[in-house]
Parts: sequence; C-alpha cells; structure tokens
Amino acid sequence: MIAAPECDKVLLVQAELDGELDAAEAAALGAHRAECPICQAAAAELAQARALIDARLYHAMPEDVRGRLMAQIAAAQRPRRTADSPQGASPLPGRWRQWWSRWWSSAAGFGLGAVCAAALAFLVIAPQAPDLAEQIVSGHIRALQPGHLEDVPSSDQHTVKPWFDGRIDFAPPVKDLAAQRFPLRGGRLDYVAGRQVAALVYQRDKHVIDLFVWPAAQSAARPNQTAERQGYNVVHWVQDGMNLWAVSDLEAGQLREFAEDWRRSP
Amino acid sequence: MLPHLDAAYNLARWLTRDATAAEDVVQEAMLRALTYFASFKGVNPRAWLLQIVRNAAYASASLERGMQFVPIAATAEPGAVAAEDLVSSADDPEAALIKTRGERQVRELIAALPVELREPLVLRELEELSYKEIAEITRIPIGTVMSRLFRARQLLARSAARGEAT
Repeated sequence: MIAAPECDKVLLVQAELDGELDAAEAAALGAHRAECPICQAAAAELAQARALIDARLYHAMPEDVRGRLMAQIAAAQRPRRTADSPQGASPLPGRWRQWWSRWWSSAAGFGLGAVCAAALAFLVIAPQAPDLAEQIVSGHIRALQPGHLEDVPSSDQHTVKPWFDGRIDFAPPVKDLAAQRFPLRGGRLDYVAGRQVAALVYQRDKHVIDLFVWPAAQSAARPNQTAERQGYNVVHWVQDGMNLWAVSDLEAGQLREFAEDWRRSP
Repeated sequence: MLPHLDAAYNLARWLTRDATAAEDVVQEAMLRALTYFASFKGVNPRAWLLQIVRNAAYASASLERGMQFVPIAATAEPGAVAAEDLVSSADDPEAALIKTRGERQVRELIAALPVELREPLVLRELEELSYKEIAEITRIPIGTVMSRLFRARQLLARSAARGEAT
C-alpha cells in the first residue's frame, strides 16, 4: 500500500468528530481543515468507519449469563451459611466454591459483608453519565432563546425527517402527535453528551417540548426514567436503538403522557 | 437495570471474542471488584470496573484462545488475510438480509483488528467513553489512545471499502 501523505492535524480532526475539542479549538481546526485535503480525506474516512458501527454490535449481557452471575453474587451475600456449610454440601460449583471460601475466610474477619453489599449496590445503581439530564435541560433552555428553537419549522413529519438527511449521521424517527394534542413544530440540530443530536420540537398549548434523539449504544429497550432539573421535567427512554430525552416545562404527568404517546405511535 | 454489567460483558466479549471466555472473565472481574471495592476511591465506577475486566481478560490468556489474530492486508500476503476473505460467501443473497450481512461483516472486521486497536475502538464507539477515560482504563497515554483509535478506524474503513468492492 502506498503510504498516504500525513498531516499532524488528523488526530485533531478525529478529536473533533469525537466531541473532544472545545469551541475555540474546533474553530481553529475548521480554518485549517478548509485548506487541507489530507484532513478532509481523513474526516471522510473516519466518518465512514464511525457509520459502520452501531448499537447492534453491542454485546449486552445475555439473560442466562446474568442469571448465573447474580446467583453467584447472591450466594456471596449469605456468607456465614456458605462458609459454615460442609465443603461437599456447598451449592457452588468447584471453582467458585474455592474462590468464595478463600475470600470469605479473609473477608469475614474484617466484616466486609456490608462492604460487599454496598459495592454491589454502587456498581449496579450508579448512573452512567455524570448528569445528562442537566445537559438536556441546558440544551432546552438555550434553544428557547428567540430564533433558536427550530432550524426547520414545519408541522409535517415528511418535511422534518428528510431535512436531517446529510446533516447528521443517523436518521431520527420523526412522528407527528397532533392527534394526541402534541403537534410537531419542527426540528433542529443540537449538541448533547459530546455529539450531534437531532432535536424535535413539539408543543402542548403554550408549552414547548424538546425531544432529543441519538443512537443508543445499548439497543435493549428501557423503561421511562424521569427527572426534574431547575423546574423543568425530563423523561428518558430507549426505543428501537435510539436514546430519547424529552424535556419541557410541562408538568411531569403530561410529559410522561407525551413519552407514552410517542412510544406507542407508529 | 444493570448498566455496568452490560459494559463489563461487552468489553470482555470484544476482547476475548468468545462467549465462554467472556463469561469467565466477567465472573472473575466481578469477584475482584467486590473484593477490592473497599479500596476504590474514584468517582467513575464504570471505568473502574472496565479496568478490572480488562486486566482479567489479559490475565486469562483467553485473548489468544478465541479466533486467531492475523493482520488484514490490502493484498493477500503470506500469513495475512485479505479483507475480502472475511466476508462469508455463505451469506444469504436476499436483499432483506443485507443489513444482517453488513452487521456480521463489520463484526468480523473489528474482531480481526489487533487487540490494542480493537480495545480503544470498542471503548469509544460502543461504550462512548472519553479519551481520558479510555486512557485511564487501558493505562496508556491519551496521545497513544488517539493514534490507536485513528489507526483502528482507518483499517476498518479501508477493509470495509474493499469488502464492498467485491
């Protein structure tokens, strides 16, 4: 293969695509990129590679594996009984029995049972992002400034959906919920969680609802989660491989209703 | 909801490229995580758990057990696999299955990347971690993370383009 000529800025081009540059760095890079064919080619190639990878490649833990793992952990949370039971009668398979008995013989002395439970709870419950809800609300407030709400003002989903083609690296699902009294107002591009996302704008009476959409790493559908930040309500769910975040000053019950209507709508 | 368990399994699966090995690695890692949790002072439990998963995967030697690693070459050199060969000819010709085929092909192309390139790619694209978090998990400098990620994507894009051309 012929070695391509290099430019020392290509890693910055990649960093921009990954959302790792701040606005000033991105602007400086933009000026360079406009004149650098190597960086343009690199950006195209990186975009191709990124487009190949989607949530279907994610290996979520299969249910049977999860079941076996949780059974082992549950067994570990009954330390005394396991440790006191005669070796032959232990319900654990050989390798695990060995591990646990070794671990508990040292752990029991230090009273680590509680720590184990706390550790598990922490690993299991701790949120993935520091606070995405906060970012979502900030994005919503920013968009409410005059003139920022819609890049494509239209109540027609067949106008809004194609508008995103070529502007963003995925096709966001666009639904009109006028029949449910949540008419579509339009859409725009926004920037959340270090990436470009689609924002769909809906309305209920005088209240504006932003629905942020981007592809999810884990495709497994997730039930609604709700949060409240700075007086705004947020509902999050995962559906058809998409992360969905609805935010509005609507009261929580109505926003949940919006989420449910959206979820059920074809 | 067990988000970190999915993350642990995803990384283990992509590193070992084998379901059984991945399950062993995750079990081992959870055990270590529970043991050492008392000494955990950080703020990012997911990154911390992934670091343990990674160490367990490397320690288990299962990185060698699954598929054998061979470099992808533009042309078939001795000992190398041409990207075209990674596309299974047994794929269903139905148009409806093109998507599935594409997915399988991409899966194979990523699996064929050397582990030091595959690892940052999976952490960035599937776990959506920042460069800093990837550097912490893999214990390599951020600059190296960036260049490995770049090479991984370059190889992936080029081998996929060759696959489509056939």
